[in-house]
Amino acid sequence: MKFRIKAKLADADGMRRTLTRLAHEIIERNKGSKGLVIVGMQTRGVHIANRLKDLIHSIDGGEVPVGVLDVTLYRDDFRLKFKQPQVQATQINFDLDEKSIILVDDVIYTGRTTRAALDALMDLGRAARIQMAVMVDRGHRELPIRPDFVGKNVPTSIGEEVRVRVKEVDDEDAIYLVEMEDLNGEEQPDDA
Amino acid sequence: MTPERVKGQELSSRHLLGLEGMPGEEISHILDTADALKEILDRPIKKVPTLRGVTVVNLFFEPSTRTRLSFELAEKRLSADLMNFSKTGSSVSKGETLLDTAQNIEAMRIDVVVVRHQCPGVPGFLADRLNSVIINAGDGAHEHPTQALLDMLTLRQKFGDIKGLKVAIVGDIAHSRVALSNIYGLKALGAEVMLCGPPTLMPRGAESLPIKVCHDIDEAISWADALNVLRLQLERQKSGFLPSLREYHMTFGITMKRLEKAAEMPLIMHPGPMNRGVEIESAVADSGHSVVLDQVTNGVAVRMAVLVLLSAPEVKLT
Repeated sequence: MKFRIKAKLADADGMRRTLTRLAHEIIERNKGSKGLVIVGMQTRGVHIANRLKDLIHSIDGGEVPVGVLDVTLYRDDFRLKFKQPQVQATQINFDLDEKSIILVDDVIYTGRTTRAALDALMDLGRAARIQMAVMVDRGHRELPIRPDFVGKNVPTSIGEEVRVRVKEVDDEDAIYLVEMEDLNGEEQPDDA
Repeated sequence: MTPERVKGQELSSRHLLGLEGMPGEEISHILDTADALKEILDRPIKKVPTLRGVTVVNLFFEPSTRTRLSFELAEKRLSADLMNFSKTGSSVSKGETLLDTAQNIEAMRIDVVVVRHQCPGVPGFLADRLNSVIINAGDGAHEHPTQALLDMLTLRQKFGDIKGLKVAIVGDIAHSRVALSNIYGLKALGAEVMLCGPPTLMPRGAESLPIKVCHDIDEAISWADALNVLRLQLERQKSGFLPSLREYHMTFGITMKRLEKAAEMPLIMHPGPMNRGVEIESAVADSGHSVVLDQVTNGVAVRMAVLVLLSAPEVKLT
């Protein structure tokens, strides 16, 4: 699908500052990093999760384990959206029981992906609590879901989309606001 | 975030009738999906809601333990609803035809048919006549695609890559659907394939295929990275293909003594059920070189992958 860049919302420095603030907020709210685990959602949430882990370590010295979650199998549009799904790996090599989970994604939009992630996490263990950290909240929630830690609040229209790019997959760290040009195409924009 | 679609990573058929003609990328895609799904089997709650509301019927006209249980488990792990049909105790014994049976079951509004039948071509026959997704769980001596896929998944886990791997298929090739599916799949992924067995159990025209044929088990053992040892169907002796099971064991049985002669021990696979003391010695079957039980675990993951990839209907959101 074609899109046009409308604005650059953050560059690498901006992203680093925002992530640093998020790491401080996470530690403040949880009174340290003890008992915390981070779960990043495929694909870009995983890289953001790893950076938060490093930042938390540099702030209070704690080692927070990072897991990877793919919610494809839990999506409510599984039978509508894909002709054939692309299932990626879920890798959580630690116990979730009685832990405080920080669920990390790049963008929150309708909240449906988060709903799927919550269901997946419930199946994986009984956490003490689940909090959510996102790089960008672009509004338009369709479910009663609210992130606990937000990097940037970006009011958007339905025809726009927020692209968080990370250098591990996209060769640069940046956040863009883009406008979709072909909404009648086969694929709908990501409801991250 | 929706994973990006990679071109070629989509199955071109809505059925899985066999591996004949399936491109290597599609086979790899199924194996990649199986790898991602395998983790579910080790969870405390071994279930995901993916196929909620999808109804699968397991249509087994031929006896099967492993394959039927494996499909059944895969369906349950994905939250599909399932029905089991077996020939005994059904209206087939009253003379109902295959097509009538299948159409009647489909009229109950099912989505996927997993079929095992003694006649080659039955899955294709049903695919032409039913609206459901058809998955071949073994048709006569033709194909058994999910078995070959789980064999390849096991090989890929043990060796990392199948390209260039030397795989010898040993035993009753002529009557084996496992052999044929493995040949198609392994060739598509770039492996070298050798068939080894008595000439009476070698399919006619095997020499014309781009595969090696040999009748000396020691040669096969020293050549191969992995041996896929087929079950010798005990009926074959009665039909005159073999002088005796004992002689078969002496000439083609996989024994520790034979394996120890090889410079490097090959990996031992077997689709089951094993005839211990005929095609494979107990000491080999229970040794560290045997991956028979890994194959069974991988079987569930592969069948989950096939179901996930084929069960999502073609509905476009526009």
